[in-house]
Amino acid sequence: MAEPILTARGLVKRYGRVTALDHADFDLMPGEILAVIGDNGAGKSSLIKAISGAITPDEGEIRLEGAQINFTSPMQARDAGIETVYQNLALSPALSIADNMFMGRELRMKGVMGNVFGKLDKAAMAKFARAKLSELGLMTIQNIHQAVETLSGGQRQGVAVARAAAFGSKVIILDEPTAALGVKESRKVLDLIQDVRSRGMPIVLISHNMPHVFEVADRIHVHRLGRRLCVVDPKDYTMSDAVAFMTGAKQPPQDVLAA
Amino acid sequence: MAEAKSPAQEFEKGLTGSSTDVASFEREGKTFIERAQHALHSNPALVPLIVLMLSLGLFGALLGSKFFSAFTLTLILQQVAITGIVGAAQTLVVITAGIELSVGAIMVFSSVVMGQFTFRYGIPAPISILCGFAVGGGIGWINGFLVARVKLPPFIVTLGMWQIVLAANFLYSRNETIRSQDIEAQAPLLQLFGAQLKIGGAVFTLGVIAMVVLVFVLNYALTQTAWGRHVYAIGDDPEAAKLAGVKVQKTLMSVYTVSGLICALAGWVLIGRIGSVSPTAGQFANIESITAVVIGGISLFGGRGSILGMLFGALIVGVFALGLRLLGTDPQWTYLLIGLLIIFAVAIDQWIRKVAG
Repeated sequence: MAEPILTARGLVKRYGRVTALDHADFDLMPGEILAVIGDNGAGKSSLIKAISGAITPDEGEIRLEGAQINFTSPMQARDAGIETVYQNLALSPALSIADNMFMGRELRMKGVMGNVFGKLDKAAMAKFARAKLSELGLMTIQNIHQAVETLSGGQRQGVAVARAAAFGSKVIILDEPTAALGVKESRKVLDLIQDVRSRGMPIVLISHNMPHVFEVADRIHVHRLGRRLCVVDPKDYTMSDAVAFMTGAKQPPQDVLAA
Repeated sequence: MAEAKSPAQEFEKGLTGSSTDVASFEREGKTFIERAQHALHSNPALVPLIVLMLSLGLFGALLGSKFFSAFTLTLILQQVAITGIVGAAQTLVVITAGIELSVGAIMVFSSVVMGQFTFRYGIPAPISILCGFAVGGGIGWINGFLVARVKLPPFIVTLGMWQIVLAANFLYSRNETIRSQDIEAQAPLLQLFGAQLKIGGAVFTLGVIAMVVLVFVLNYALTQTAWGRHVYAIGDDPEAAKLAGVKVQKTLMSVYTVSGLICALAGWVLIGRIGSVSPTAGQFANIESITAVVIGGISLFGGRGSILGMLFGALIVGVFALGLRLLGTDPQWTYLLIGLLIIFAVAIDQWIRKVAG
């Protein structure tokens, strides 16, 4: 078996008396879609935030391509090639699509204007944003300078996914990408996910939607009570098995149990 | 993305043959009001500009050449110079969804430091002025630290700082005023911004020029640099900005520090405007700056508005104040009308936001 691209061992995160992560482990293989499922409050979000740098775990280690990493901000994770699409999308509603795609990594003009006066190269950013959106079939958006708040929910999701796909070089994490979407838009996002995977990019997908998880995932990481309960292959188990594992109704068999 | 992919979920079979058009609710003939609403949504400084033009026209019609003279119009500029500069500091903070109540106090205290350092300790004026800037920037930095790192609400932090700085100002200055003649004789640099430039009947003080230059520099920084985009993003949704990779705390600290430095500049300009260094000057700078910001169409909820709007807002207040005085009305009418304008401006802001709905 190939070496995992991203691993976590023994992650612990406490918020006061609440333990969100209780020695959680995590493995992501190159080129796969790994779904992370779990009940509300199981610690999925904390796990993802630890990997994406939004929180710093109290204990445990995270390795990307074998090298240990200690992210203290999402910026560092991004610089390392891990892009995250958060459930709330992390878009600034009043700013334009192009502004949002480049938030925190703006392009500056070449020469004195850029170096000394920090002038942004708006034309280059608009061009890049337009190219990325049409690449992902999101060209129903006519105006790249339109404020994000004027877009529909599906279009906003599309912008956030396009941002991640455009800049992510190693791992893309999607937190509930289809939760707020209609049938047709969900389909688009799922196709988009497979499209991104077909380029060799590993994806972590957090979702409550079992049909979506079982459709696209290569492996399913079941999270329960702050730790990894088991990792199952969607071809070997049914959706109701998975739900039973994550809610504790049924014990997973020994061979898939996490160490 | 391949549109023709076979449906993977049972229920998605219903999608085959469904409309592939983008949902479109655009009606052919948008009403004038709707188009205006959209134009205002994308150009937040438009409302105050229109109101400014209307008020200029109104007083011009009522007063004729008495109002429309180069002297009167530039007098308005002189009278709003302080408000405009302090308003610029206020604008930065308001765009981050904060409020800065200590701007006036920082301004006065900085001017007192500039004056007292020169006259009490005999420090050369240029160094005293730098000390004034250091004090202004330092107080701004503390505000920023308390808001960004300690995570206290900006309203509370700056309300407290207002009292602290104002009290420090009276204690330190021993309530003494440094007379204009003394400054003129010994440290004319302190009055630099009072220097006048006459072009025909028009009189521009350096203070006016400083205000205009400052507003344009900040407008550039807010619209053309990454820092400016981050300031707006923080006001819009700080959590989203943080997740998108904006250094929220650092940016907030820089906003409050720059705001303090601008207040110190206002303190220097204030000496030029009134001639003397007085600890009781500029009592209304707080409320005037917030008024200019609000009338200028900058949303108190953060993330929206243009600093040019603030400049127009300050000018609107100046036009009303001088126009009504020339008409010989009771000055209370000015306050009454400005009060109406504030409420009108916020109502417009809420209406414009509905575009996003």
